[in-house]
Amino acid sequence: MSNVDIPATPRRSLWSKHKFFETNSIILIIGVLLVISIGGLVEIAPLFYLQNTIEKVEGMRPYTPLELAGRAIYVREGCYLCHSQMIRPLRDEVERYGHYSLAAESMYDKPFQWGSKRTGPDLARVGGKYSDDWQARHLGDPRSLVPQSIMPGYPFLTNTELSYDDIAAELKANRSGGVPYSDEMIERAMDDLRAQATPDHPGQSAFEKRYPKAQARDFDGNPKRISEADALIAYLQMLGTLVDFKLYNDKANIR
Amino acid sequence: MADRQPADNEVDPLTGTATTGHDWDGIRELNTPLPRWWLNIFYATIIWSIGYWIAYPAWPLISSTTKGVLGYATRLAVEEELAVLKAQRTTQSADLAGAALDQIKADPALLRIAMAQGKAAFGDNCVACHGLGGAGSKGFPNLNDDDWLWGGTLAAIQTTLQHGVRVTTDNETRTSLMPAFGRDGILKRNEINAVANHVRILAGQPAEPKADLEAGSRIFEQNCAVCHGAQGKGNQELGAPNLTDAITLFGNDLASLTETITNSRNGVMPAWGERLDATTIKALTVYVHSLGGGQ
Repeated sequence: MSNVDIPATPRRSLWSKHKFFETNSIILIIGVLLVISIGGLVEIAPLFYLQNTIEKVEGMRPYTPLELAGRAIYVREGCYLCHSQMIRPLRDEVERYGHYSLAAESMYDKPFQWGSKRTGPDLARVGGKYSDDWQARHLGDPRSLVPQSIMPGYPFLTNTELSYDDIAAELKANRSGGVPYSDEMIERAMDDLRAQATPDHPGQSAFEKRYPKAQARDFDGNPKRISEADALIAYLQMLGTLVDFKLYNDKANIR
Repeated sequence: MADRQPADNEVDPLTGTATTGHDWDGIRELNTPLPRWWLNIFYATIIWSIGYWIAYPAWPLISSTTKGVLGYATRLAVEEELAVLKAQRTTQSADLAGAALDQIKADPALLRIAMAQGKAAFGDNCVACHGLGGAGSKGFPNLNDDDWLWGGTLAAIQTTLQHGVRVTTDNETRTSLMPAFGRDGILKRNEINAVANHVRILAGQPAEPKADLEAGSRIFEQNCAVCHGAQGKGNQELGAPNLTDAITLFGNDLASLTETITNSRNGVMPAWGERLDATTIKALTVYVHSLGGGQ
């Protein structure tokens, strides 16, 4: 080992200062954290206060209890792994799926289901595109209707009774996350769920007052029972239908 | 292991490159400088980003962001692209929007455009139920034959497309509700069996040997004839299917018929006028009309 002492250079240019970080790992870590948080502050934080990223639109309402239960099944079955819920502002997407998605359309999604992979089609505006009957049969056996489909079947949904004892608690949990459920909505959650899935239920008019534009009927083809398919189809048939794009002003909302 | 003072300018004799001054058991690390070309590209990208900030929306301010001198906005871009598309279609399909349906059918140039547009729209919107070739499946009508539920003329097809079937949100929708004779307690089980067998006979199929065909015929007359006609020929005004042909939507074996009569079937088709523009509906009408059964 050489013992020759070589004196340090007296002149250090600014460009060689990085050596200070490279030879002190703690300082390097602090530096990295600092740079990343500046990036976050500049890129993410403004989205929470800038006027042109917070867009309010007419028609958005919180999910009905049945839709919320259906949404939980959508998440449980991992639908988001193959289906996105996000129509990008690109010509071809608008041509195929309809008006591009607005951020406000997922304002009550905790968490949102935008997804990033499309093995199947986008579902952001699937509401009303097919009949309930089609949805029920397609969920059970996709290839009976679309022979070239590679979607797995979910035949157990129609046979499985929906478990909704905890639906009021679920609404409450969403409220703590910022969804404006009223006390009345939480109190009547169980009735509202039944009213939406049961034809001619006495609670239907009160339910429709609480959730405007909600669709109440039997969804899975078996009016005698509230199944998981009832909930999932109610959710699917609502997707993308809340904002009336005949009234939405595209020109005024260019951003 | 001896600690050594780091020396910035110690030069490795073999390579002639300066070392970092670190010494690990006699092994020293070369401080090879980044290649000039790499470093220059890196500086160039930094300078480029400044141009980018000026040209495009970039920095967040108090209530909005810097707009950028090019005036670019994602939504504006898609609006413009859609406008170009619309203009292209307008020139290509010149008079499709203004022409009446039978005019389109008669004019080969218009027909070609309508068929092309109709085929694309059919693929995007209709095949999920009616199948790629329009052959349908159980509960979803075959569009290739001339057995129409709600009419197979151009005008009838257009109305069905525009307003759908049993769409609760559309006032002009095609609608009729066959009662659930069994579920609603209108007919008893043996009566349903009798009338199901009668329908089998109407369709030219063999009935069960034990079936009470006389009762079946009477029950049909009392309950079914009002919509399906005394001869079971159906009524397109009411979407009541013709029961005398071999074409059937939900099956005409005894089990399917019993299920249909007991619980009823009321298929739904979306009102496409809510989703598609008038020209696309026209193109679809012509396309569906041409599939084989247009009247």
